[in-house]
Parts: sequence; C-alpha cells; structure tokens
Amino acid sequence: MGRYVIRRLLQMIPVFFGTTLLIFLMVNVMGDPIAGLCGDRQCDPATAAQLRSEFGLDKPVWQQYLTYMGNVFTGDFGTAFNGQKVTELMGTAFPITIRLTIVAVVFEVVIGISLGVVTGLRRGRPVDTTVLILTLIVIAVPTFVTGLLLQLLLGVKWGIIKPSVSADPTFDELLVPGLVLASVSLAYVTRLTRTSIAENARADYVRTAVAKGLPRRRVVVRHLLRNSLIPVVTFIGTDVGALMGGAIVTERIFNIHGVGYQLYQGILRQNSQTVVGFVTILVLVFLAANLIVDLLYAVLDPRIRYA
Amino acid sequence: MRGATKVRWAACAVAVALAATACGGGDGDGGGSGGGADGIVSSSWGDPQNPLEPANTNEVQGGKVLDMVFRGLIRYDPKTGEAKNMLAESIDSKDSQNFTIKLKDGWTFSNGEKVTAKSFVDAWNYGAALKNNQKNAYFFQYIEGYDKVHPESGSASAETLSGLKVVDDLTFTAKLTQKFSLWPDTLGYSAFVPLPKAFYDDHDAWLSKPIGNGPYTIESYAKGSSMKLRKWDDYPGEDKAKNGGVDLKVFTDNNTAYTDLTAGNLDLVDDVPASQLRNVEADLGDRYINTPAGIIQTLAFPFYEKEWDTDDARKVRQGLSMAINRPQITDQIFQKTRTPASDWTSPVLGEEGGFKEGLCGKECTYNKAEAKKLIDEGGGIPGGQLKISYNADTGSHKEWVDAVCNSINNVMGNNKACVGGPVGTFADFRAQVSTQKLTSAWRAGWQMDYPLIQNFLQPLYYTNAPSNDGKWSNQQFDDLVDKANAESDKAKAITTFQDAEKILVTEMPVIPLWYQNGSAGYSDRVDNVALNPFSVPVYEEITVK
Repeated sequence: MGRYVIRRLLQMIPVFFGTTLLIFLMVNVMGDPIAGLCGDRQCDPATAAQLRSEFGLDKPVWQQYLTYMGNVFTGDFGTAFNGQKVTELMGTAFPITIRLTIVAVVFEVVIGISLGVVTGLRRGRPVDTTVLILTLIVIAVPTFVTGLLLQLLLGVKWGIIKPSVSADPTFDELLVPGLVLASVSLAYVTRLTRTSIAENARADYVRTAVAKGLPRRRVVVRHLLRNSLIPVVTFIGTDVGALMGGAIVTERIFNIHGVGYQLYQGILRQNSQTVVGFVTILVLVFLAANLIVDLLYAVLDPRIRYA
Repeated sequence: MRGATKVRWAACAVAVALAATACGGGDGDGGGSGGGADGIVSSSWGDPQNPLEPANTNEVQGGKVLDMVFRGLIRYDPKTGEAKNMLAESIDSKDSQNFTIKLKDGWTFSNGEKVTAKSFVDAWNYGAALKNNQKNAYFFQYIEGYDKVHPESGSASAETLSGLKVVDDLTFTAKLTQKFSLWPDTLGYSAFVPLPKAFYDDHDAWLSKPIGNGPYTIESYAKGSSMKLRKWDDYPGEDKAKNGGVDLKVFTDNNTAYTDLTAGNLDLVDDVPASQLRNVEADLGDRYINTPAGIIQTLAFPFYEKEWDTDDARKVRQGLSMAINRPQITDQIFQKTRTPASDWTSPVLGEEGGFKEGLCGKECTYNKAEAKKLIDEGGGIPGGQLKISYNADTGSHKEWVDAVCNSINNVMGNNKACVGGPVGTFADFRAQVSTQKLTSAWRAGWQMDYPLIQNFLQPLYYTNAPSNDGKWSNQQFDDLVDKANAESDKAKAITTFQDAEKILVTEMPVIPLWYQNGSAGYSDRVDNVALNPFSVPVYEEITVK
C-alpha cells in the first residue's frame, strides 16, 4: 500500500509539469495582454515596455515558464495586473469554492445515492420511472437555466433567498448555489447507483445474505451498497475537481467570488499569472482526488489490493 | 449555544427541500440600516483593473471610487459637464503656455494633512515618472520636461517635471511645451488630483485603504469584493455627501446585480445589462436613467494599408457611412441606449462646448441609392469585402456588428460584402489594433477623458497621436488643431476645432456610428440619482428615504 502511494505520487510529477506547461503555452497563445490594460486606447509605448519587463513578458516563453516554475516552488505565484498577489487571490477564492464544493458533494452523496438505492431496489415501479424522468430532465436542462430559474423564483418572486451571496458566503448561503452546481452530477450519481444496485441485487451473495435471514437493512447497506459504490465513488472523486474548476457558470449567476470567477476574470484580462496559478492548484486537487478514489477502492472491496 | 446552533442547522437541513437560506443569518448586510442623511447606499461595482492610484486608473470602476474620495483643481459639473474651479482659486495664463495656479486655503486630506501646492506637484511628478508604470502618464505630456521623465525608449534622465515649480504653499506654476489654451479645463481628470504624504511613505498601506480629500473616506476595502465608503463629516468642500455613505459590492455579472436590484437587496446598478433593457420599464418604471455619456462608437480603417489610403477609398468610406441605418440599429438592438451620431464628438459637450448635431450631414445619414453609387464610384470595397473586427468577450458587440453588416449587405445587394471578424479577448483585439495587424475595418470606441472637443479630435486623428490606431494623417487637420490650441479665446478655439472636424466629413477617417448613453437603475429607497457625463453615478447627491 505504502509503496503504491509513493509510486502514484511520483507519477504525479510529470503530469504536473506537463499540464502546467500546456496551460502556460495556451495562455501565451492568446496574445499580448498589456494592450488590454489601456481600454480603447493605445498604451503609451514606454509604460507598456516597462510593464512587459516587470511581468517578464519580454522574455522567450520557455524562459518565462522556467522562471515561473522556479517561483512557484518558493511559494510565489506572481502578481495579478491589479497589483494583488495571486496567492492572496487564492486565499480568498479557494475557501469559498471549497465550501461550495462540499455543499455540492454532500447533495450528490446524500440525495443521489439515496435516490439511486430506492430506484434500484424498486425497478420498474412508479417511483423508479418518476425519478428516471426527473434525472433525464435535470441532465437535459443546462445549469444556467436551472440557476437563473431558481434565482428568479426563490430570490425575486418569493424572496426566500438573496439572489446573490455575500462576499464571504457561509454554508447556508451556498445551499441553493450548491444544489444548482450539483444538479447534473446528482442525476448521474442517481443513475449510476441505480444501475449498479439493480445489477448486484441479483447477485448470489445477496441471495445468500437474504437466505441467512439477515435484516433487510443490513443486506442493503453492508452487502449490496458497499459492492455497488465503486463506479459511484470513481465518478464523485473526479467530479470534485470538475466542480471546483467548473463552477464558473454557477459562480457568476450567484455572484460567488470563487475559483471560477477568478479564472474567468484572469482569462478575460489574459492574466497568465492568475490563470496558470489557479489551474496548477486545480491540477493538484484533481490528482489528489484521483489518488484518494483509487485508495477507496481497496476500502470498499478488500479483493482489490495495491502492492 | 451549541445546542441552539444545532437546532438551527437541523431546521436548515429540513428547509433544504424548500431551499431556504435565511438560516444562520442575523448579522445582516449593514446596508439596510437607517434612512435620512445617515442612510447607506448600496451600489454595484466591478473589480478595478489596476491598483487604485489616481494616475493609474483609466476605467470607470476605479474612477468611481476616485470620484468619491478625491477632489482636484477643477471639477466637471455633474449635470452640464462644465469645468468649474474646485480646489483652484484661479488658473491664469497670459500666453496660453505658462500657467499660474493658486489654491484655495482650508483644504485638507481626510487624515488632517493640509493640501498644498506640493501635494499637487509631487503627485503629478509621480504620475509622469516612467518608473511608476502609471497608465495615465500621458496626461502630463503637455508639461515641459515630460520627455525627460518619461522618454519613449530608454530610461528617464530626470526625476521631476521641469515645467512644474512650487512658488509658495498655495501657488505653483506650470510651463507647457506648446500653447494649449484649454489646458486648465483638462485638470478635472482624476490623474491630476493631489496626493497626501502617506501615499509615498507607505505605498502598500495607502493602496489597501486610499486616503484622499473628497467627500467620502474609505472605511474598509476588501480587494475584489467590496468597499465601504463613509461620509467625511469635516469635508471642507460645498458638495458634501447627502447620504451616510456608499457600500460598493463587486458583481461578477451585471445580470446578477440587476436581479439583486429587482429583489430589493441593492440600491443602485449603474450598468443595466443589454438583455434586461426590454424589461426595464416594467421592472423599474421611472427609476431607470438613460442619459448621454461622453462615449462615441465608430468604425475605424487601416490607413497603413495602401488600398485604404486613396481618394477612391475615401468615397467608399463615405458610401459605407451612408449605407448604415443608424436609427434602426440604435432602436432595435440598443433599445435607445445609443443615439445615432451626426458628428465626431458627444452631446455631453453641449453646443457651447463644441458638439454640433448634424455636422456630418448627409454623409452620416442612411441613403441606400447614394451609398451604393459612391461605393461603386470608388471601385468597390477594397479587397472585395469589409471585415469588421471586434472583441467577442465583453460588450456584446457581435449583435450590432452583424446588424451594421446586414445594413451594408442590403445596400450592396451582396450577402458577403461585409462580415464580422470576432477576436477572442479584448486584450488580443487591442493588441492587434495597436500594432496595425488588422487589414480591414474594426470597431473603435472613445470615452472622453475630459469634456472638451479637443479630447474627441486630437488624440484620435492628429498625425501619430497615441490613439490614432489607423494612422490617418492630414496636414490641414493638424494645422487647424494646432491653431485651435494656440487660440486664447475659448469660443474661437472651439470653432476652429469644429473647422478641423469638418475635414473628417470629406475624409471620413472613421465612420461615426452612435453616441453611447449611460444607464442606471435604482431602488425606491433612494432618490436624486443621476449620472455625470462620464456615466458615473453622482453618489454624493443621492438621498436615502
């Protein structure tokens, strides 16, 4: 197990460098960011040149990348164009997005898996059909529609929530945005769990457990669910990364100043420092989440061993 | 306590299905408390693009804050745009080139420091110096010695502008490199405000909480998310704040800000999203403002490309201008938040300031037959196709560019006579424009720095002027601008500028499209909301019910 983890961690190193290099190149391909800083007028050439040298933009790309990576390892992620340190931006953005992600994942796990179990055990019954149709609708409707609709109904028409969250939102403010963010994944989790449960419900070991006279609850939770969760855990694990970086739409609708917002603004302003910095962290989150998922397999299914 | 929290959380959990988020609240937003003279106005905001230094702020979001926190020598009247003395007692000159500036006594910064001639001179020297990377440095270009502190290449050979001299505590002189009679009127721009010593002593601390001499002081500033401004009770000026303060809240999307306004959580939105313009009457009624701002939108052309710099191409440009059905586009696409342009300035200047409706005449009026005739006479569109480049990321330019092209295509009876050319980001678009990469037309916009006709002409059309991206050049125009600048009589200067503007009618270096309006919506909690000519709300006038 230990050796496996070390091997996986070592494998992360090339992945990490590869992705950061790719992002770095992509941001550079977008062109010269300095011209956008002066609005609809031309930057005065002397100031532009000065800014370029300050941000290291006058050097060849490979040199920029090396300098940047060198700085990253000393904890310096550079400075955004508005004079804020990127680490400072991360310090405010990540806690918010992590909170939002936690809310979303809790929704996925609690609602998604319960619905999946219920429908999986009652295949073909009205409950099953209803939930299936509902998940289909949720998957088909884009997130921004769900988001704007909920915002309009709950926020403006009924006044139950505030349409936008505060600058440093608490968990309860993030319930609705979290639900919106989770909605599509939630539907997938439901469907995955349902299929998996339905398949395993016919397995020999379940019949044995029932024949042994175990209480139904114990059969479902200990035997059936545990064996059915592997695909679901894989999905949720990779989804954590996707939720953190992919919350741009939801964050914009509810005015959440999280990672998605910073990335969006960084891209608009072609601020390579912000974009590369945030994406680097997201890459790390993704890698870590994947490792944890693989380790969880062993917990769920003792037959899977890592050496 | 712990138990109570748990119960509340349980209640919240139950309420999940109802999606209630009111749980856990109770601390409120601080914005809704109180009315009358102490009431706080909550207003939408965007994250300023640059650090909040006066000479480094060139967009409206940062400008908003500077407008509340600073007062300069001159202030433009929020209603008429007229330049009036604020901190200046007088700005005199005998020759339109050497100016003596006298300050009023009794002004201080909010930290108690006195505003003196040195506060101005030091601030201007800071703004002009190349090493400080100030994006508005070019505002100081007319002052003698600018080429030393801010050379076009290489490093600076002087620390301070030789044209600025402190005479005594309340007097300083400025020597310009050329005659410029309207120069005092430019001093209302925020780049020219005075700065306290704290700005230089502890720059980082100042940036995280700027100190100025305006009607508001900054109580707290959370970068990227919000700023709380409070009324400065000891403010010495006459335009004291009529409310207790302003809370600015950063919105990532102006649609969300608008939704928040309709839900009653926000008092003021100063940028009504285009998609909501259809509903705005129903949602807000008379609480919607739509007033002219000092912004003009144009189509610019590449004169560095030979085929555009010919007499035939001149006819084509005139024809193209006549092929655009401006009123139809401003009505249907912009819902009247733009006004068809008939000159190259802006209505906010007023007749006296040099705005002249209809100066462009028939060349800017839709005329299908004449347009086609002119374009055909000129040998058709150079290159066979007009490609209008625009940035696709912000400002919803696609819609109107497509409409303009439609209009031109109708006239030409050719579906491919004009096409839009989207560029991914604004920065890339500007980079292509300013390095002369584009080979056909592009969208151009100009937001005035100060309400003067000079600002709408010289920086854009003078030979090699900083924003003359198309590299248009006309000796006659340049001569008239020089003449106007040297004119000591203001009225005469303005008519001379208008003479120069008339050259644009025949040469058509850019096609004027429309004047942009500023739009804002406000809640029924506040009153007396207005936008100034820079489309920034006049915060200090707002009253809270």
